[in-house]
Amino acid sequence: MQKHKIYFLLFNTIHDVLKADKILKKEKVNFELVPVPRNLSSDCGMCVKLEDNLEDVKQHIKDIKTEKCFLFDGNTYVDLG
Amino acid sequence: MIYLDNAATSFPKPKETIEALNNFVLNTGGNPGRSGHTLSLEAARIIFETREKLTKFIGGRDSERLIFTQNGTESLNLAILGLLKEKDHVITTSMEHNSVMRPLTFLQKEKGIRLSMAKCSSEGIIDIDDLKALMKKNTKAVIINHGSNVIGTVQPLQEVKKTIGDAVLILDACQTIGSYPINVEQDGIDLLCFSCHKSLYSIQGLGAMYMKGSINLKPLRFGGTGSKSESIEQPTVLPDKYESGTPNTPATASLYGGLTFIENTGFTKIIEKKRVLRESIVEGLSGIEGVKLYGPSQSTHASLLPVVSFNIINLLPSEVGYQLNKEEIYTRVGLHCSPVAHKTIGTYSQGTVRATPGYFTTGEDIEHFLGVIRRIAKT
Repeated sequence: MQKHKIYFLLFNTIHDVLKADKILKKEKVNFELVPVPRNLSSDCGMCVKLEDNLEDVKQHIKDIKTEKCFLFDGNTYVDLG
Repeated sequence: MIYLDNAATSFPKPKETIEALNNFVLNTGGNPGRSGHTLSLEAARIIFETREKLTKFIGGRDSERLIFTQNGTESLNLAILGLLKEKDHVITTSMEHNSVMRPLTFLQKEKGIRLSMAKCSSEGIIDIDDLKALMKKNTKAVIINHGSNVIGTVQPLQEVKKTIGDAVLILDACQTIGSYPINVEQDGIDLLCFSCHKSLYSIQGLGAMYMKGSINLKPLRFGGTGSKSESIEQPTVLPDKYESGTPNTPATASLYGGLTFIENTGFTKIIEKKRVLRESIVEGLSGIEGVKLYGPSQSTHASLLPVVSFNIINLLPSEVGYQLNKEEIYTRVGLHCSPVAHKTIGTYSQGTVRATPGYFTTGEDIEHFLGVIRRIAKT
């Protein structure tokens, strides 16, 4: 069975998180704002969690600098840069 | 009760301000950007949306360059202390408030900055030729009081901008914001500093500064931002670089309400109403024997702000203010934290009585105020 892919998009500031949130809501993207997983960063803020659509999402928020992007394949987190 | 001290802070506040404030305090209350729970996120969203709305209001391009501060004074301190380095040359005017003069005087003593003061007329208007003569090749910044808190004079910004070339323009817009059109990009303002509790109708405890893209300042405050928590160094990303510590979210929520009020009412209508109020005060006072008015003459570009200073001959401003207060008319007397401006207009020895109407002041309020002044002037 193919494992579910989950992406985490991390930003530099809560300002950028909410900027992305506003755009993705407008674009009707299926996503969630969740606390940043501690193993990805020590930030006490929020990040964008989504299942697939990564390339579309990146296009929508191309003007916002993402700090990091991770893929969780069910077992491990892969740093996509 | 007649409140004529809107240049200090606006009162009353619009219902939109109070509703937004109440809603935050009653229903949200979280610390923005610090925790992952819904209330913290909701608080962060209020700040984000207010930052976007205010950036749009001032014609800014990028909301992350709008920094929230405690007040107009902190905005000016951040601009001045954050920009100027040892031996820098800076020019300001003889109409400034102490929120500019005190940090500059501090830097003169501590960092040896060289300070020049451009002359202004007794009506408070900057002498452009003098400003031109003071400019040096290495002048770092020019700091201008956009609208006087003493006599309401608005400076000719475009002429100033043409004169100072590439020097950084720092604008003290505490009195003009919300009372006069400002477009930070079109007007070529590098650092726009203002308070939010005057004519933007937030509660007290909030100011802001918008910085152009090319500007980089040293922060005034260092500490937690909710971002880059693994690092013990101050983040370099905006707006976090300049906003350490828990922000004033209740005041920010109230600002959202204040800006909504301006939108709903119409900015042009607000400006026009204040202009009419100013004119009716000036006209009324001009007709009272023994009253001396200060500031720009009527109906010039420079006289659009609702700030009127006057004295009654042979009476101290403090005595006039005391008598007005007994009649429940609230003005501000003295030097208005602006000793250099009072020297310029010739009132340093005693100060003035300052009457500053706001959007909620009525024509009847002004009539009543003028009646009381007539009575005081007769005695």
